[in-house]
Amino acid sequence: MDTNYLASNAARGRLLAMDAVYTAASGHIGGSLSVMDILTTLYFHTMKVDPKNPEDPDRDRFVLSKGHCTPALYAILALKGYFPKEDLTLFRSIKGHFSGHPDMVNVPGVDMSTGSLGQGISAAVGMALAGKMDHKDYRVYTVLGDGEIEEGQTWEAAMSAAKFGLDNLCAVVDVNGLQIDGATADVMPSEPLDKKYEAFGWHVIHLDGHDFDALAAAFDEAKTVKGKPTMLLAKTVKGKGVSFMENDAGWHGKAPNDEQYDKAHKELVDELRRCTDRIAMASMDNAMEALEKLDALFPDVPVKEAWEELI
Amino acid sequence: MGEKIATRAAYGDALVALADQYPQLTVLDADLSGSTMSKGFAKAHPDRFFNLGIAEANMMGVAAGLATCGKKVFASSFAMFAAGRAFEQVRNSIAYPNLNVTVVGSHGGLSVGEDGATHQCCEDLAIMRAIPNMTVLCPCDGPEMRAAVEALMKHNGPAYLRMCRLAVDSVTDETPGYRFEIGRGVILRDGTDVTVAATGLMVQAAMKAAELLENEGISVQVLDFHTIKPLDGALLEVAARKTGCVVTTEEHSVLGGLGGAVAEYLAEHFPVPVVRHGVNDQFGRSGKAQEVLDAYGLNAQGVVEAVRRALKLKK
Repeated sequence: MDTNYLASNAARGRLLAMDAVYTAASGHIGGSLSVMDILTTLYFHTMKVDPKNPEDPDRDRFVLSKGHCTPALYAILALKGYFPKEDLTLFRSIKGHFSGHPDMVNVPGVDMSTGSLGQGISAAVGMALAGKMDHKDYRVYTVLGDGEIEEGQTWEAAMSAAKFGLDNLCAVVDVNGLQIDGATADVMPSEPLDKKYEAFGWHVIHLDGHDFDALAAAFDEAKTVKGKPTMLLAKTVKGKGVSFMENDAGWHGKAPNDEQYDKAHKELVDELRRCTDRIAMASMDNAMEALEKLDALFPDVPVKEAWEELI
Repeated sequence: MGEKIATRAAYGDALVALADQYPQLTVLDADLSGSTMSKGFAKAHPDRFFNLGIAEANMMGVAAGLATCGKKVFASSFAMFAAGRAFEQVRNSIAYPNLNVTVVGSHGGLSVGEDGATHQCCEDLAIMRAIPNMTVLCPCDGPEMRAAVEALMKHNGPAYLRMCRLAVDSVTDETPGYRFEIGRGVILRDGTDVTVAATGLMVQAAMKAAELLENEGISVQVLDFHTIKPLDGALLEVAARKTGCVVTTEEHSVLGGLGGAVAEYLAEHFPVPVVRHGVNDQFGRSGKAQEVLDAYGLNAQGVVEAVRRALKLKK
């Protein structure tokens, strides 16, 4: 596994998500930034999917149960090649069909329409159940928010996944610790999540949701678990990658203004550049050439247009 | 009258009868399989039946997930919980993505009887009808329910199927040329003075009322609207032109169900007097099923009185 490759894709995903929210002047950026490394690992390492055949009955499935983090999902699907990156300018726009929450009817690559919290994991259970009925070996992945699990339906779903022994199901809770009204610990304490999911009959793995090696290893470990579903409790930082958005519940569902966008954009481009630098350094034969190319590309970083060339 | 059977029993029979022909058929229930009568299918096809426990919200989501993988899902519970408690899951996880799931609401209306108001759902047709993409069915007897289930097997998309606890006389099997088609009403009895548009077990009451009124020289046309949505507007308009007034009757609130649908349609296409007969914006109460129906006027005499009101408005 190439961690630099995943990191650079996550950085590109963050730039695209930020641009989509900035262009739409609305959207949920905080959670999109916290979940980005999880989605990147799934789509660029773990899942068996083919953007040219998005309806393949044997494909792995993904359900974004925390559906409001659509900017992250659409960015990753665009990077994966399901639709052109330019389409993201239509996010939340009356001019297109890239609605504010994931839409399986109109957006290629979206396996389930979600957005109303608590419902996606149930659909993931149904997909995994269908896989068992049909003796298919596809796997089903879903990501929930740590605020979302306050919805009782997610616990109904957790019970049913264990009842049916859905070892082809792997769920992730994006534990960024924040929800709209503040800290989850204050709004509605949900810990200890590990004990709860274990008591519900799940195999539980703790990990850092921004550590690509840990994410890849956890998804691999889940594949080896027999007879029960796996829950990854991924500790993350809401707003990850943008200094002034990190760990601030205020950025749950707010778009940046021009000044904030420029600042965020610069930080994300810097991160992308660090990633690409590392990729260049990793292949010494072309290192000098790659570095020159990158320098030429960013004579003056905080220019909104620059990233388009890069991405 | 033909056989006496509850529509829920016919539902259970139909699932079993059609199971081999439709290998993708998958049935879910929420701890009520003995009441919704899905238990026969559960016994015959345990590999295609899943009991989700008392968790209707999750059941609807699981149904949606199964449907995305090609399964033809029937998810049954009581109308109160299928259409009521799980409304938002039905709307957002099933209807919005236009998935191939039939939500089955048993024990609709007042004829639940003894359990009383908490379990007597008189709002389900209105709630389900308001959701885009939904087809809404309310068959009146056993043969019609079997035909509805078979039609739903071939139907692609979200649907709501209401059924009833009480055993009822069959009427459709005695109608010459009767053919079930989703979205098409049926003329069960022709008449010239007034049209009674009925659904569910009020179809039988409407037929009895028509006989009573015939003795007084009033000619009643009875239409069976097994499909509430899409409403057969063409049939309705032809009837309204012919008789000049319409009574709707249903074991449901007069708000938003068949009565609402008919009044809306005629107001926009061919305005004639419409009298809505049903539950008058009230909760139900406990009692034997027939006692409760009688207490709320949901019987042939109630339809007769509604017809008299309609005839007065017509003049």
